[in-house]
Order: sequence, then C-alpha cells, then structure tokens
Amino acid sequence: MAKPARSRAKSSEASEQEDDFALRSLQEAYEKDPRFEAGKEQLLEFYEQMLLIRRFEERAGQLYGLGLIGGFCHLYIGQEAVAVGLQSALDGDKDSVITGYRDHGHMLAYGIDPKVIMAELTGRQSGISKGKGGSMHMFSVEHRFYGGHGIVGAQVPLGAGLAFAHRYRDDGGICMAYFGDGAANQGQVYETFNMASLWKLPIVFVIENNGYAMGTAVKRSSAETEFYRRGTAFRIPGMDVDGMDVLKVRQAAEVAIDFVRKGNGPILMELNTYRYRGHSMSDPAKYRTRDEVKAMRETRDPIEAAKKELVEMGVPEDDLKKLDKEVRARIAEAADFAESSPEPDMSELYTDVLVDTYE
Amino acid sequence: MTIEIQMPALSPTMEEGKLAKWLVKEGDEVSAGDILAEIETDKATMEVESIDEGTVGKLVVPEGTENVKVGTVIAVLAGEGEDAAEVEAPAPKIEAPEQAQKAEHSGTAKAKDAAGSTDGLETGKKPKTDSGVPHGTNMKSITVREALRDAMAEEMRRDERVFIMGEEVAEYQGAYKVTQGLLAEFGAKRVIDTPITEYGFAGIGTGAAMGGLRPVVEFMTFNFAMQAIDHIINSAAKTNYMSGGQMRCPVVFRGPNGAAARVAAQHSQNYAPWYASVPGLVVIAPYDSSDAKGLLKAAIRSEDPVVFLENELVYGRSFELPELDDHVLPIGKARIVREGSDVTIVSYSIGVGVSLEAAEKLAGEGIEAEVIDLRTLRPLDRQAILDSLAKTHRLVIAEEGWPTCSIASEVVAICMEDGFDQLDAPVLRVCNEDVPLPYAANLEKASLIDAGRVVAAAKKVCYRD
Repeated sequence: MAKPARSRAKSSEASEQEDDFALRSLQEAYEKDPRFEAGKEQLLEFYEQMLLIRRFEERAGQLYGLGLIGGFCHLYIGQEAVAVGLQSALDGDKDSVITGYRDHGHMLAYGIDPKVIMAELTGRQSGISKGKGGSMHMFSVEHRFYGGHGIVGAQVPLGAGLAFAHRYRDDGGICMAYFGDGAANQGQVYETFNMASLWKLPIVFVIENNGYAMGTAVKRSSAETEFYRRGTAFRIPGMDVDGMDVLKVRQAAEVAIDFVRKGNGPILMELNTYRYRGHSMSDPAKYRTRDEVKAMRETRDPIEAAKKELVEMGVPEDDLKKLDKEVRARIAEAADFAESSPEPDMSELYTDVLVDTYE
Repeated sequence: MTIEIQMPALSPTMEEGKLAKWLVKEGDEVSAGDILAEIETDKATMEVESIDEGTVGKLVVPEGTENVKVGTVIAVLAGEGEDAAEVEAPAPKIEAPEQAQKAEHSGTAKAKDAAGSTDGLETGKKPKTDSGVPHGTNMKSITVREALRDAMAEEMRRDERVFIMGEEVAEYQGAYKVTQGLLAEFGAKRVIDTPITEYGFAGIGTGAAMGGLRPVVEFMTFNFAMQAIDHIINSAAKTNYMSGGQMRCPVVFRGPNGAAARVAAQHSQNYAPWYASVPGLVVIAPYDSSDAKGLLKAAIRSEDPVVFLENELVYGRSFELPELDDHVLPIGKARIVREGSDVTIVSYSIGVGVSLEAAEKLAGEGIEAEVIDLRTLRPLDRQAILDSLAKTHRLVIAEEGWPTCSIASEVVAICMEDGFDQLDAPVLRVCNEDVPLPYAANLEKASLIDAGRVVAAAKKVCYRD
C-alpha cells in the first residue's frame, strides 16, 4: 500500500504563545481611559456628522413613504456614533471601509456627498452608482469606500481581501469591515477570522450589535451574545464598546487602529448600539415594545448626549440651532437634487456589465 | 509462498509512475508497514509500504525506471521458510491498469479519455488550427497541466499584482500539480496556501481584486466552489454593474471541472452552464494546451471576473503549443478544430476530444464533420456556430454535462432563433445521462458521453442512421 510520507510532529509552540495573546489586554488598556479627549471644535465636528446622518436618514424615510425610494431601505438612525467615532480615526488617504446594506451612514461619515447618495436612493442617473445599485449597493473607490453589500456577511471576507491588498502592496493602510450581530452568525465570518488571524491581516472587524438580527433579538439567535469574544478561538483580541457615546467609540478606535496598524493582525470590536427604526422600511416592529425604543431615545441618544456636552463646554445653544439649520438645508438640497435628477438613460441598461469588450 | 509487490495506483487517474528509489535491498527482512520504495507520478512522490512480512527476494524493476504501469510486479518477497535467493522473479509482464483494461474491452472514447493516453488528435489526422499563430512558428509538445502553469508563471513575471491562492497550491505543488514550481520562483507572498474554506478564500480573493490586485483563485475542483458561489456571482460578477462601473473585480477563479474518473456524484459535475448564465462573468473552458495557456493569460489580464474551467482528465494530455514569447488568445472566439462540410459538431472542454474521435469515425463512413471548440462559453461566439451551420446545415452538440438547461440547450436556441432557415434537420444534443454520476464503472461509463453517441447523432441529422 502507498500513503503520503508521514509527518505527525505536534507543535509545541502553543503554550509559549499564550503569553502574547492579547485577548484582554486591549480592552484593559481601553477601559483605563475610555473617553477620547475632544476639543470643542472636534466634538462639534462629530456632532455635525451625526446630525447629518440622522437628518439624511429621516429624509430618506420620508421619500420612501412618498414612493420616491423603492425596494429595501435600511436606516442608520440611532447608530450614528459608531460610524462617526470609528471612521474619524481612520486615515482617509490610505484606509478602506466596507459594510453591509445599512450603508448610508458609513458613506456620509467618510465624507461622500449626500446629494449623490440620495440620488442613488431615488434611482437616478446622477446617483453614485448611476442608479443601478440602490440603497444597498453603493461604492466610492475615490473615497476608498468599497460598499454597500447586500448579502449578509459577504463584506467580511471581501474586507479581509481589501486588507490583504493593503498588506500585499505594503501601503500602510488598514481595512475597517462592519457587520451586524446577525451577520456575526454567518459561517464565512469565521472562515475569515481564521485566515485574517493566520495571515495577520490589517483589518478591524466591527460588529455593530443593535440588538436585533432583522426581527430576532440577539438572545434568541446567538449562543454567545458577548460578540467581542467571538474571535477568541482564532486568537483575535476583542473590545467591548459603548456604541452610543461618540467619544468612547473614538477612543476605542484609537486603541484598535494602533494595534492593527502596527502589524499585529486583526481585532474584533463589538459596538453596542441600537436602531430606532425598523430593520428596513417594511418592518412592522412587532418584536419589541415602543417603550423599549422610547427609553433608548430618551436616555442613550448619542446626538443629544453630544449636544449636552457641547453646551457644557460653553457652545451657545444658538450656534447649535444654527448648525442644525445648516444641516437641514444641506439635506433639503440633497433631496431636491435626488428628486429632480433624471432617471438613467436607457442606454445604461447594457453598460458596466463587463469592463472589456470581447468581439 | 512468495508475495508479489505491485506498482500501486495512487489516484483514480494514475496509470503509470516512476520507481524513483528502492529503500530496501535484496535479502532484507521486512515487516508489514515498512517503506520499500518511493514512487513518483506527475502529481506527487509517494512511499510504497510492505503489506506483509518476509524477505526481499528480488527487486524486479530497477530504481530510476520511468513509466512503470500500475499493477506491474516491482518486487517479490519470500515468505516464511522460503529461500529468498531462490525466489523466481516473474517475467516483467506489463499488467494493464484498470482504466486501460476498460479501454481495451469497450473501445469507447470515454474509457480512452479516462486513460488519458489517446484521443482524436493523436489517432487521427491533424486538425486544422486557426488560432492566429503566425505561419512558421515552432511548435513543441506540452501537457495542458504545464501549459496552465506556464501561463500563470509568465503573467506573474509580467505583473506584480498577480498572485495565486488556494488549497495546496504552494508547498504541496498543487493538488493536481498545476502550480508546480510556482512557490519556488515567486515565494510565499504570491503563492498562498489557504485553509479548506472555499467560501472565505473566494471572498478574500474577490476583495483583493476590488482592492486593485489580480488574484488567481484555484479551487481544488469546481465541485467545492459551490461553497463559494455567492462570492463568484453576487460579489464578483455583479459589483461592477451595481457600482455604475466604479468597482473593478479582475479575479480569475480556476480549477478542474466536470467528471473525473470514478469519484462519483459529489465530485463529478460540469458547472459550465451555471456560470455561463450569469451576466458579469466571463466563462472559459479550453481543451488543448495552446488554448489553455493563451486563454488563461488573457483571463488574468482581463478587467473582468473570469471563471476558468479546466478538466482533470485532460491535464496529462500533450498537445502542440506554439513557441511564442507572449501567447495570448482572444476571449470570446470559438475555433474550428476540424473542417468538414456535412455536419457540425459543437463542443468544448473534454467534449472536443470526444467530438474529434467521432469525426474520424464518421469520416470512415464518408461523413465529413466540422468540429467547433467554443473555448469561451460567455460571451458565446454565436457567429461561429451560425457560420458553420450555414455551411453544413446540420448540427449536433456534444457536451460532457447534463442536458437540461445546458450549453447544448443554449446552442439549440441560437440555431432556432438565428439559423432556422439553414437547418436541414433538427439540432440534436449529446449530453451525459440526466442522473447524478454513479460510481460503478459500468454505470459511470453509461452515464457519460462518448464518440459512439456523437456518431449516432451525427448520422441521424444526416439521415444516415
């Protein structure tokens, strides 16, 4: 009989590696000093970005109700501090971002023009995907925003691929890959954890735990609801972060990004947040009480908290009102643009299927 | 009682190997499990273990012998109470391997294909080659396996962004040895062994392409790519369109596709019709070495995601390859591999070999068949099909795959829609039987296309049956 040459040497390195496995050390470092020290200007900037996302999403909800936006539309209201806190710590010239279908907020936080986002929602030629992608499929290669992916969990290996490209080119960039508590149960996420850790890819995995996978509460869908622990089996350190406080999010991002950028491999951040609106516009919200949503809005809202903090820092309320007005005006302009732009030309039906021609 | 040690088969498709090294000498005592020799195939080096205890009587085949057929007696052990020195060495008769025996008994094209030693190209007259190779170009004989490897190596030398990832592509040198030698030349940064996680690494390869690299993702076979098909279709094929042309995804997914030999239903399936139905993908399925090399190089250079379907049974076959510095062939072009005027046989991949063999048989009966190798399945070269139909007015499709919703069905539709006036007979499909591929040798043979069936269909459309 023939069989492959035997090699049964068992690695004895495992015990040596226990010491440098930083599962808890990052969380400990973070908890010592969990809030980012933002100056007035910087907090004002975060506040404005969060406000921009909220007003944008409120307007998108209205346009959906008017029939101007079709299909699936997932709003980010309530989760604004996550995208703003994390992405404000990235280097926009080098780092890439990828997320799932709840993507409007991440795009706005990466400085993409609200007009072309809103025009994509209304399916117009001037939309960022020429009207061919819609709410769930938006991209800006120029801004290193790589989507906008409609299949739950798909963005996780794709993000690891982007991180692979950063490392392959040695360009100093990292990838931030967002997914939800629902996607966190997908098998491909763990295949990716394994390879990302094995190859020490420069990626920050961000689980936005908003409590519900569509309509299924985390405790009904997940055996381990402490999502930051889910990388442990792959030696990926975890961080457990309050996603409703933009300064805590930003501080956690500092710790995580520093770790990843230094070539230590991936990190898994759980951002505990809450979405006020339904999973998508067609969500009847029978799975939670109104009181639960109301309590969250009244006590944990990231925008109200930042506003209060700004006032305490001495920013006049009138200035904040003026800022709110400006944001509303920008959103109104974006909505007008999105409503008045023409639909795609019929010739666009056959463009962009393939890049090359094979005649 | 003497014990004969035979050349073992190490894989379903192995028929011969090299006896690289004896690790025992005549007169040595051996027990069961002792390693007797190392043998090499084009895929791997393996060890031969003793299956019994005894004394090595005679090393029948000397070390260094090439092309030792499976089943050949390579050594004889003397059992207990026997004198090893008196053991009679049998004449080194060559025992035909199982696959070759099948070929002898049945004489069918399929069994010969499985043996990998004969096909229409070698037995028949040289087919016409209109692949755009300059007149007077030197030709050399090369296996499809080597042609694919050379294509990747040349493109990796040419473009730093090109890398290959997949299961066993690096240190193992490729499960089917297609990536042999690449690790040594390009290093672990560019030749990457992955864990057995198709869904995950197909996604990582796709993401790397979105990030500006040129990944070649090898699936050990396309059967396992079903685990990863979401990324091939939803992530790779659709993103350029969904992004309004912003997000390029120049990835190549490649590996063996279609039935291998005796590996049963889960490991034997032709996915060409699946991928060819998806807008946003380019799908290529070459047959010979020249097309394998020229089209894989084109696939790697393409800005689009490409599914590149190879065939395990064809890897070891040798074909003429033009010696050119940069042999790149156009995607989307079919090729007339044999000219004829009476009937057209359209095929691709391993079916081309079957079709050429059928064409030779038909020629013996006075029917000149034109054989068209589609080579690219998406975009399909409709014009080449219609041009040939306009010449012969009769058409048969030979496809190693299921008939329902097949490439054959698509070709029938093209003939109906745009070639109706040219038809002198209904177009016929010759496909595999509409069942999961069985394991038993006789049932497997009955399930797969062969030259006899193609001949019968061609005669039927010529009203000569």
